[in-house]
Amino acid sequence: MKLTDTLQFASGSLRGSPTRTLLMILAMSIGVASVVVLTALGEGARRYVVDQFSSLGTNLVIVLPGRTETAGLGPGMLVGQIPKEITLDDAQAIMGSRAVKRIAPLTVGSATLSRDALNRDVVVLGSTSDLLEVRHMSIGVGKFLPAGDIHESASVCVLGNQMKQELFGNEQAVGQWVRLGDRRFRVIGVLSSQGESMGMRTDELVIIPVASAHQLFNTSGLFRVLIEAKNRDSIEQAKSDAEAIMFQRHAGEKDVTVITQDAVLATFDRILTALTMAVGGIAAISLAVAGVLIMNVMLIAVAQRVKEIGLLKALGAPPKQIRSLFFAEAALLSSIGSVAGLVLGYIGSTIIGQVYPSLPVSPPWWAVIAACGTALGTGILFSVWPARRAARLDPVAALAGR
Amino acid sequence: MIELQNVSRSFTVGDQQVSALRDINLRMDAGEYISIMGPSGSGKSTMLNLLGLLDRPSSGTYLLDGGNVTDLTDEQQAQVRREKIGFVFQSFHLVPRLTAAQNVELPMILAGIAPEERKQRVEVLMQNYGLSARADHRPDQLSGGQRQRVAIARATVMKPTVLLADEPTGNLDRATGWEVLKLLEGLLEQGITLVVVTHDTEIGARAHRQIHMLDGAIRSDERHTT
Ligand SMILES: Nc1ncnc2c1ncn2[C@@H]1O[C@H](COP(=O)(O)OP(=O)(O)OP(=O)(O)O)[C@@H](O)[C@H]1O
Ligand SMILES: [Mg+2]
Repeated sequence: MKLTDTLQFASGSLRGSPTRTLLMILAMSIGVASVVVLTALGEGARRYVVDQFSSLGTNLVIVLPGRTETAGLGPGMLVGQIPKEITLDDAQAIMGSRAVKRIAPLTVGSATLSRDALNRDVVVLGSTSDLLEVRHMSIGVGKFLPAGDIHESASVCVLGNQMKQELFGNEQAVGQWVRLGDRRFRVIGVLSSQGESMGMRTDELVIIPVASAHQLFNTSGLFRVLIEAKNRDSIEQAKSDAEAIMFQRHAGEKDVTVITQDAVLATFDRILTALTMAVGGIAAISLAVAGVLIMNVMLIAVAQRVKEIGLLKALGAPPKQIRSLFFAEAALLSSIGSVAGLVLGYIGSTIIGQVYPSLPVSPPWWAVIAACGTALGTGILFSVWPARRAARLDPVAALAGR
Repeated sequence: MIELQNVSRSFTVGDQQVSALRDINLRMDAGEYISIMGPSGSGKSTMLNLLGLLDRPSSGTYLLDGGNVTDLTDEQQAQVRREKIGFVFQSFHLVPRLTAAQNVELPMILAGIAPEERKQRVEVLMQNYGLSARADHRPDQLSGGQRQRVAIARATVMKPTVLLADEPTGNLDRATGWEVLKLLEGLLEQGITLVVVTHDTEIGARAHRQIHMLDGAIRSDERHTT
C-alpha cells in the first residue's frame, strides 16, 4: 500500500466521523496553544526584565551607601539607609581604577519646578555630563550638562521631555529660565522621550549639576555612584576596585555596597527562564491528557470498525498495514491539532501583546518545537495500543462483528 | 488447485472442545464449480474460512496450487489472499463511507497498484456489472442486488484464482439472487474456481460438483455433468 493511499484512507475514515475527529483536534490544539501562550508570557516577562536592565546602561557597577548583609538585592539597598555618606571626592577617586571607563555620581531630591504661574513637583537628579552616556539617555534639543569641575555649581538644567511639554508646551524651552525651589536655572537641553525604565520616568526628571543639587538640597552625600566598566570582562575588576577604594577612603570601614547589574540581571534571567519552562511543562500535561483522549477514542474506533478491519484483512491487508492505517490516523490528528494549536497560540499571544504593549510576548522557538513534538509524540504513542489491537483481530470474528 | 489433507478444526468453548471439522480430505481442481450444502452448524463456513486463509486448521495440511500454505506467516497468508482469493459474503461487507467505485478499488489500493490502472480497472468492471450509473453512490443508496454486485466486482478486481462465496444470495429475494448467481457463474468462463456455500438446494444443484456436509464431515461428494 502506498503512503499517499494510506494517508488518504486514514483521512477518509477521520472524515467519516467528523464530530469525533473535531473533538480530538480541539483537545490537541488546546494543549499546543496553551504551551505556546504560557511560554510566550513567561518569555515576555523575562525579556521585559532583561530589557529594563539593559536600558539602565551597559557594564554598569553601582555603588550605594550602606552595608547590606546578604549579597544581591536586599531590602536595605532599595530603601537606602543613611550610614556614612559617599562624597564627590570618593566618586572621583573611583576613576583611579583602570577598569573604570567613566562614572556618574547621583544625588536625588524633589523640588518645585516653576515657570511664571506654572508649578510642578519634580524629581531632581544631580549629576555630571557623563550621566548621559552611562545611563544611556539621549538628548532631544540643546545640550546636556557641561563637562568640567565636578565641584562647580552652575545654574543650568536639562528637562525631561514631559516636563518641557508641561511648562513650555510647543514653545522653545532652551535658553529660557525656570525656578527650582528658590533658585533660578537656565534650560540648556531637553531629553528625548524614553518612556519608563526600571521605575524611573526620565521624561519627568529635571537634571542639574551635582554641585548645584547639593546646594539646592543642602547635602553633601551621594545617593548612588554609577560606574561604567571598560568592557564586559572588567566588570568584576571594577567592582572590586571600587570596593577597595571605598574601603581605604572610609578608614577601613565597609560601609558601602557595590553591585553589578550583570549579577542581578543573571539572577532574574535564571529565575524567569526556569519559570517559563515550568509553566510550559505544566501546559504540556494538557497535551498528555489529549494523548490519553486520543487513545480512548481510537480504541472506540477500533471497536466500532471491527467489521471494516475484518474486511481489510480478508482483502489481503497484512497486520502491519492495519497498524499503519491507525498510526496514520493518529499522526494526521496530531499534526492538524498542532497546526491549529499553533495558530490559536499565536493569535492568543498577539492579543496579549496588544493588551500589554510593554510586554514583548512571543513564544520561544524551543517551546514551539517542544509543543508540536509532544503533540505528535503522544498522538502516535497513544495510538500504539489501539493499532496493535486492531492488527491482532481475528479476521473471522471481526467479520462477524465480534 | 486446492487440496485439504486430514484437516480438522476444533474450537474451545469454555472447557469444552467443539469439533467444527473432522479429518477432511478434499481436492478441488482449477476451474471447478462446487457447491457446499448441509444443515446449520455442519461446518460449511468454517471450511470456507480455512480455504480462504482467514482461519488456520487445528491439524492437517492445506496445499494451494501445490504449495503448503498452512505454515505461512500472517503476512505471507495476507499476500496469498490478496493475490489468489476473492470473498463474497452474505451481508456484502461494503465499507459504508466509501462509494461503490471506491469499494471496488479497495483491494487494489491495499496491493499498491498505481492510481491510473486502478481507475481503469474499476471502470471496466463497473461497466461489465451494469453499475456505471451507481459508481458514486454509497452502499446505503444501493439495493441489495446492487450491493452484492459491487461486492463481486471487488472480489474479482484482483483476478483471483479462487472465489469463495458464503451464502451470496442469502440476503436477496429470489429473482435478485438468481441474477447474482448468474454473474458468479459467468466468472467460470475466465477459469476461476468457484465455491458457493448455500442452503438453497435449487441453487446448489446448479454446481457441477456438490458437497454435502454433516457434523463437520463430508457426507457426500457428487459430480454432475449437465
Ligand atoms: N468461533 C467459534 N467458536 C466456537 N465454536 C464455533 C466457532 N465458529 C464455529 N463454531 C462451531 O462450529 C460448528 C460449525 O460452524 P459453522 O459456522 O461452520 O457452521 P455452518 O455450516 O456455516 O452453519 P450455518 O449454515 O448456520 O452458517 C458449529 O457447531 C459452531 O457452533
Ligand atoms: Mg455459515
